[in-house]
Amino acid sequence: MANEFLEPITEQTFYLNMGPQHPSTHGVLRLFLKLDGEYIVEADPIIGYGHRGHEKMAESHLYEQFLPNTSRMDYLAGLILNHGYVAAVEKMVGIEVPPRAEYIRVICAELNRISSHLLWFGTYVMDLGGFTPFLYSFDDRENILDILDRVSGSRLTYSYCRFGGVARDVDDEFITATQQFVERLRSRWDDYHNLVTKNVIFIHRAKDVGVINRELAMRFGCTGPILRAAGVPYDVRKAEPYSVYSELDFEIPTGSKGDALDRYIVRLQEMEQSLRIIEQALERLPDGAIKAAVPHKVRPPRGDYYFAVESARGAVGFYIVSDGTSYPYRLKARVPSYGNLQVLTEVLPGTLVADTISILGSIDIVVPEVDR
Amino acid sequence: MAAWQNLVNFLGPDLTRIVVGLVGVLALVQVNALFLVWLERKVAAHIQLRIGPKEVGPFGILQTIVDGIKLVSKELITPRHVDRKLFMLAPIAVFLPVLVSFVVIPFSERLIIRDMNVGLLLIFAFSTFNVLAVLVGGWASNNKYSLLGAVRAVAQNVAYEIPLLLTVLSVVMWSNSLQMSEIVASQSKVWNVFWMPVAALIYLICATAETNRAPFDIPEAESELVAGFHTEYSGMRFALFFLAEYSNMLIVAAVATTLFFGGWKSFPGLGFLPVPGWIWFFAKTYVLIFVAMWVRWTFPRLRFDQLMNFCWKIMIPVALLHLIVYAGVIKIIN
Repeated sequence: MANEFLEPITEQTFYLNMGPQHPSTHGVLRLFLKLDGEYIVEADPIIGYGHRGHEKMAESHLYEQFLPNTSRMDYLAGLILNHGYVAAVEKMVGIEVPPRAEYIRVICAELNRISSHLLWFGTYVMDLGGFTPFLYSFDDRENILDILDRVSGSRLTYSYCRFGGVARDVDDEFITATQQFVERLRSRWDDYHNLVTKNVIFIHRAKDVGVINRELAMRFGCTGPILRAAGVPYDVRKAEPYSVYSELDFEIPTGSKGDALDRYIVRLQEMEQSLRIIEQALERLPDGAIKAAVPHKVRPPRGDYYFAVESARGAVGFYIVSDGTSYPYRLKARVPSYGNLQVLTEVLPGTLVADTISILGSIDIVVPEVDR
Repeated sequence: MAAWQNLVNFLGPDLTRIVVGLVGVLALVQVNALFLVWLERKVAAHIQLRIGPKEVGPFGILQTIVDGIKLVSKELITPRHVDRKLFMLAPIAVFLPVLVSFVVIPFSERLIIRDMNVGLLLIFAFSTFNVLAVLVGGWASNNKYSLLGAVRAVAQNVAYEIPLLLTVLSVVMWSNSLQMSEIVASQSKVWNVFWMPVAALIYLICATAETNRAPFDIPEAESELVAGFHTEYSGMRFALFFLAEYSNMLIVAAVATTLFFGGWKSFPGLGFLPVPGWIWFFAKTYVLIFVAMWVRWTFPRLRFDQLMNFCWKIMIPVALLHLIVYAGVIKIIN
């Protein structure tokens, strides 16, 4: 009888839809959060708001026509995806790329990687509430965009690579501008470290937050800085060297714990390594042709092919099935953000709303790449 | 002059003082907000390698007026799911207590509307009102982000009020009065900041937290809670929240000037300059506000639990210890 007067047990939790329109979900990601106060009980990333059907589009396009699509998947590292797709088709057809073209591709890809990391640096600190570093890094990034704009004709969605080479040759001005940029960015590290890396509030917000350890990262197929921050020195550029990366001297920075701070440090060190690669490649840049002789219409032989490159976010692979015609029978793009995003379901529960932003930012997702 | 005399005859000297004072305060609040918004944008821009507003008026100084006109001309949107009465009350409730606090602030030796003997108490009593308005606004919005922001605001402001008042107590013990003019007079030899630097530091940190400024802006943390407690507000209602924020900045800086930086008195060694007291007062106040802006555009935001830990584990013990030590010292001196 007495029980009738007891209050019914109600759930203390509530649901919060973070996104798809939210300042910190970087595009159109929707996080479905079950919250207990400010603590997260369950987190479910819901994707698909940016789905454009690139893989299906490939089936109705010539091999050449699909190239612009690649840079629209991951718009922050478009040139690297260009490179991956072009190299995959070259592998299918068996095209020998002239060395000068390979070096130019590597220089531009590394510039693109730095620009992606710089943008990540700015947005991550902005997610944590620091607005100023964002504009500092954008100021530096602007230089890269100018350099790449000059050589490729576009600032964000590049279509610079061609089957058998690149679209346009680089000139002396490109080389001097790139060298100047390398020096400029090196001189900026002190500013970045004093303003952000050594900032006690930043360290508190990033250290031990969102730990993705080795096992977790490997279980979800995470690649890129997330995997390396967990202490696994896996980088496609070293593991399965493509292009001219095997001739260049660079290191793979790794972290130990796999928290947000490790991911941050790994990315900053990667930028420094990219600068090293650019320097060496500029030094060794050979003369010669920038494009091999390629048949007017590419018709790869029957069979299936896979080619992977390392983008700014991890391993990007193009798996292409050819039926012998000039259209791909099936194209599958393996993108790093997809696996990197799914790991959120394991990492987020138990953290605070403020940590969600920090973790999401530190993972560096590009939602259109997830959705494709 | 006759109209002036008529007004004094009609209302009596005291009431005239209050009416004129309130009109002056309203003007000050508006002009200050316009100036501070412009200053904030300029300071932020120059810290971030930008130029900031420059098109409207010289150095873009009229930009905020134009923005204000835009905000006034916007439709007041009241979402369907809100608690209408509270929703409309909150922006007014956040703004009104701001006006009251100006009544007791001594801008110069004679430029003070009402020199009450409980002036300091009045300021802190009314500044606490701000929290209530934020809570009402966040609750009435019926939005999860607003609610989270309001809850954060209450927890933060209640926590930071304690060390704030504890440090102010040591100043009050020294001046032996809650009257603002007495507090300034007690600093005629040496400013309080020089012999109570810890108290001044704690006061400035707590004041930043009280005004919800970065790095303590977690109630309206843009990247987490969209806009926190004022997510659902638009137009002039949003402008009132904004106005209250900048007026609160002026109040806490003015109180800091009065308590620690010698009020209307000149800088040490510059007393021979023929500068009126209110210029010294505003100079000191705006320097303090500039420092707050500098901090805002330099640091990232703290996490909520870190903020509370910082208050309860560091600020309050230090403030308590400070109070005990200075109570002993003042006892010995007197």
